[in-house]
Amino acid sequence: MANYKDIINSLQDKQGGIIEAFHALQREYNYIPEEAITEAAKVFGVSQAQAYGVATFYSYLSVEKRGKYIIRMCESAPCHVAGADAVIRAIEKHLGIKVGETTADGKFTLELTECVGQCQATPVITVNSEPVFNVSAVKVPEILSAYK
Amino acid sequence: MINLTIDGQEIQVPKGTMLLDACRQAGADIPTLCYDPDLRLAGSCRMCVVEAKGRPALVASCVMPAENGMVIETESPDVVEARTVVLELLAARHKFECPTCESDGSCKLQDYMYRYGVKESRFAGEGPHFYTEDPNPFIERDYDKCIMCTRCVRACEEITGAQAINIEDRGHHAKIATPFDGKLADSTCVFCGQCVMVCPVGALTSKVAAGKGKPFQNEKVLTTCTYCGTGCTFELNVKNDKVVGVTSLRDEKWSPVNKGALCVKGRFGWDFIHSPDRLTTPLIKENGEFREASWDEALDLAAKKLQDIKEKHGSDSLAVFSSARVSNEENYLAQKFARAVLGTNNVDHCARLCHASSVAGIGAAFGSGAMTNSINDFAQEADCIFVIGSNTTENHPVIGYKIKQNVRKKGAKLVVADPRCTDLASMADVFMQFRPGTDVALMNGMMNVIIAENILDQDFIAKRTENFEAFKQVVEKYTPEYIEPITGVAAEDIRKAARIYAESGASAICYSMGITQHSTGTDNVKSCCNLAMLTGNIGRPGTGVNALRGQNNVQGACDMGALPVVYTAYQAVTNPDIQAKFEKAWGVSLSPKIGLTITQTIPAALHGQIKGLFVLGENPMVSDPDIAHVEEALENLDCLIVQDIFLTQTAEKADIVFPGFSFAEKDGTFTSTERKVQRIRRAVSGPGQSKDDWQIICELANRLGYPMSYANAEEIFEEMRTVTPSYAGMTYERLEGIGLHWPCPAEDHPGTPILHTVQFTRGLGLFHAVEFIEPVELPNQEYPFILSTGRSLYHYHTGSMSRRAEALNAHMPDNVVQINPVAAERVGIANDEVVRLSTRRGSIELKAQLTDIVKENVLFTYFHFSEAAANRLTNAEALDPVCGIPEFKVSAARLEKL
Repeated sequence: MANYKDIINSLQDKQGGIIEAFHALQREYNYIPEEAITEAAKVFGVSQAQAYGVATFYSYLSVEKRGKYIIRMCESAPCHVAGADAVIRAIEKHLGIKVGETTADGKFTLELTECVGQCQATPVITVNSEPVFNVSAVKVPEILSAYK
Repeated sequence: MINLTIDGQEIQVPKGTMLLDACRQAGADIPTLCYDPDLRLAGSCRMCVVEAKGRPALVASCVMPAENGMVIETESPDVVEARTVVLELLAARHKFECPTCESDGSCKLQDYMYRYGVKESRFAGEGPHFYTEDPNPFIERDYDKCIMCTRCVRACEEITGAQAINIEDRGHHAKIATPFDGKLADSTCVFCGQCVMVCPVGALTSKVAAGKGKPFQNEKVLTTCTYCGTGCTFELNVKNDKVVGVTSLRDEKWSPVNKGALCVKGRFGWDFIHSPDRLTTPLIKENGEFREASWDEALDLAAKKLQDIKEKHGSDSLAVFSSARVSNEENYLAQKFARAVLGTNNVDHCARLCHASSVAGIGAAFGSGAMTNSINDFAQEADCIFVIGSNTTENHPVIGYKIKQNVRKKGAKLVVADPRCTDLASMADVFMQFRPGTDVALMNGMMNVIIAENILDQDFIAKRTENFEAFKQVVEKYTPEYIEPITGVAAEDIRKAARIYAESGASAICYSMGITQHSTGTDNVKSCCNLAMLTGNIGRPGTGVNALRGQNNVQGACDMGALPVVYTAYQAVTNPDIQAKFEKAWGVSLSPKIGLTITQTIPAALHGQIKGLFVLGENPMVSDPDIAHVEEALENLDCLIVQDIFLTQTAEKADIVFPGFSFAEKDGTFTSTERKVQRIRRAVSGPGQSKDDWQIICELANRLGYPMSYANAEEIFEEMRTVTPSYAGMTYERLEGIGLHWPCPAEDHPGTPILHTVQFTRGLGLFHAVEFIEPVELPNQEYPFILSTGRSLYHYHTGSMSRRAEALNAHMPDNVVQINPVAAERVGIANDEVVRLSTRRGSIELKAQLTDIVKENVLFTYFHFSEAAANRLTNAEALDPVCGIPEFKVSAARLEKL
């Protein structure tokens, strides 16, 4: 994994580079660690409070620790009609976490999302932004076992 | 000019005027929530919307510049509807606890809901809750009442410069938070309470004032703060003859220095006023125990003892310690009491321990030993600020805010020289972390660069100064490379600092006890003066040699002649004409013999030359160097009389104790560090039998056969100004509002915010050729560290007041010694571990605080704590030869694991 300092420093000369740095950090770690926010504040010459404000401004960015794999369950109407609720319950049961939480081993984080544009094969989940189609409660263990 | 019509009225405003101001000029009452005249515009709350004819939508008047021909309606049906919707949206989220809310009656949300008849919200429903207890003792944060106006965020950033808070998340979940949504105490918050000041609702309130009275029901008495020499004004909130809070008056005409901004001590440190520890009756010591006494008994006894000593041992066996905390009027009477009643010039006060070297050094160079410029220069006019030996943001917080504002908003350059990496150091353009006590070497090095690179002000030197050549010769050898090993500062940093200071348009030097409290204190001050003269940075706005004085009225105590060598306004006791003038004014013959300083009085008491001592509001048992030595000296006195508001460690040693008034109980004046004389006003009665300090002095004088009688403080001021040229033009009436800077020699004189503009007080500015001399105590194998002492943001002087302010003491209950983590590892100690700190004088036990703001060979501790008193360690024998100030800043010390 790349060092957070290197990621931040590589963007330090860019105007407004702090936002790009946060994107890059999230790509690398799936969230933005506290020490990276502190470092970014220093490098981009803003207060820590302001850097934290920026990091929490965008709902896409996360300052909470997240897992290696981010599972996002679509909660829009087409998936809902196709049984998204049962899928969520199955994932929660299988992983032993609730929506918004991360498994103790740091492997999976479960979140909700609006429509991901794959309504031809509902219910849909994404894992690290890759869609998985026609999910059902029964298929959940098998689908998740593919992620090591 | 712009012409427009507002509510049918045609008005004219200057170009660039915002509609909000134009509307208010036209008499319209525009409601605002996020708008604050002192803060960056946010334009986010939409309460100030108005209708501009021909525009498709309502406009937020606070961010819309007025334009020619605009036709504005400020209360049209659309405007009222929009404001109503905004209020309903806010009400949907606001926790209505109005009956118990601290802001009830002074809440904008309440006012506007009343004004627009908003009784309930159409949008009400379950929303997120934000309240979590923040365990600090100062500020209550209830974000269930927050309306997200962000005034607190902007005040924190723009007024204080603390940058502790911001907005976390957006939408329904948005709230104000510190980084990582933690506690205020873990952030960069300095608990100034500017956020409380600007909060328009009850989301941010004072925990100290909670439950004591709603601000709108309290009487408000404007007065001047009793902590530090900045001279901030604020309103004491009074209910049933008790101070129940402090609020800001943000009008520049009444709060000229701070415009309402305060620090943690000013805003939250007032409850000592009603501490149960206050002295309420005179006390007399019998068989080692105090008993209560009547005023007559105590005063008669005190007078008799003083009279006996005077008759038996002569006037010069008596001494008076006056006080930098009491008023000018009381200082005037205290020195008059010493001179006219006791017949001695043995009168001094704790300026001896903080800025005696400023009075001596600036006096020698310029002719008048005081801060040359005014405080607001730091925020506005200075293009470069050179801070040396001043932890400004902790010791003069409001001045610290101004420096930060200038650096962040106007781009002023900041050069900091300090043995510790202070808050200001961390934002400086150049930071020189030099070895304590090498100030002269460092500044000579900077001046060497300025001369070598020819970036000096030749014209100024030629026309306004003398003795330049002798000075230049001495400085010649102090090249950056020569002083690098002495100071520990890289030669290149010294060059950079010198260039920035010399080449900026207006450069101000700002210093404090880091410069003065050395055995070379006067030399250090003279070096500051040399630097300013060398570059012509004196006598203009934004320049100067600015000694930041530590206590509320330390400038005034000096001005009033509570010094052994001078009467008021620095008129020498040795000058026969001056002596004659005061003999005539006071109707008594006076001594021409120079009196003893504090640091001479203590050994004189020890050796029996001083027999009787009258201490007014000072606490040498904590404040003076080598306390064991002080204790022995005080015990050796025939008579010690102490007048104070608490039974201080010094009062405990007294034979007789008089209970005086706190600043909240008295009328009078304080003179701040910038020579500004301001009023203090009586807000409440003193406790029990306590009396106005000046009255006690008068009653004692009367018993000693010298009649003193005044109806009030103003009468004393009136007498004082007849013998004090620099105050001659001041009256209480003139001091109302913004106050006056001395010199103010006549009643039509506007006062003098900047000294030495055309010529120096002494004529020409005098360069001093100053060689570097090492501090008296250097580290060795037995005492390997350099120990420095100083102040904390959260306490004041000997702690007699601040440690009885509950919140301040809860936040910082104990002393600590700061040590670099590498050094700590070497000694084998962990953070928070109790250690023994020793010097050749003694040792104390206290917690270690591991921090990299000090270098590996330096330790730092605070002097406010009598139970772990820094001055058990400091050296009473390492004195500046000119002014007698002790070397508080350098002792050789040892730190041990217990």
